[in-house]
Amino acid sequence: MAEQAKATRARPLSPHLQIYRWPVTMATSITHRVTGVALAVGTLVVAWWLIAAASGADAYDTFSTYARSPLGLLILFGFVWSLSFHLLNGIRHLAWDSGFGFKVKTAERTGVLVYALSLIAAVGIFAYAFAAKGVLA
Amino acid sequence: MSVRTPLGRVEGLGAAHRGTEHFISQRVTAVALVPLAIWFLVAALSLIGADRNDAVAFLSEPVNAVLMALFIVAAVMHMALGLQMVIEDYISGEGGKVVLLVLNKFFAWVVGAAAIFALLKIALSHSLS
Repeated sequence: MAEQAKATRARPLSPHLQIYRWPVTMATSITHRVTGVALAVGTLVVAWWLIAAASGADAYDTFSTYARSPLGLLILFGFVWSLSFHLLNGIRHLAWDSGFGFKVKTAERTGVLVYALSLIAAVGIFAYAFAAKGVLA
Repeated sequence: MSVRTPLGRVEGLGAAHRGTEHFISQRVTAVALVPLAIWFLVAALSLIGADRNDAVAFLSEPVNAVLMALFIVAAVMHMALGLQMVIEDYISGEGGKVVLLVLNKFFAWVVGAAAIFALLKIALSHSLS
């Protein structure tokens, strides 16, 4: 009877996601998926841009006005960073598919590198947009 | 002792006869998208602050139009394959999953068709005028 009670009481569960320390490789993996979904939304921006260019000057001005708004710039920054990250981490994945870069230290280093380079690329593009092209002017 | 036929063994595809197309297509489109996405980022960079005339002139250049078309096609193919995996991983109900998988295909086709049509309209009409 005592054994029965022990068997029916709450059994231990495997730890849930938030309990783990996040290794870089785990973070890059989920970031790759999240940026992929974000880029799917980004295709709508690219399609809108092309349709606006095909439609006429008014439609293009409307697109430009939204793109230059604070929310528009935030979305565009997210799009550019997502594309940079997904591109660089995708190259990392293709290297893995070819059998390279599997050592734990190597995978961690390339993971940090992908985060750093993608941020540099996105910030660089926006710094160029603000400084050289005067987007906010 | 294996009960598989010699043909089945050399094909190496198992009972389902397929299953690697998704994996391989995902990689092939990824390889294509590496140079195309870099080109797209550079192109976007050059078009920052451009008005409609600049954008139309850029997209009317045959090389740019072809690269943009290739980028769009490879991107929506890669997108459909990627989103399919996300849906399969996170949606557990069969009915909802089927509906979302169909909508996923529709989304890729609609976005791809709209973008390609707009691109062709720009590239072709500009060169004729």
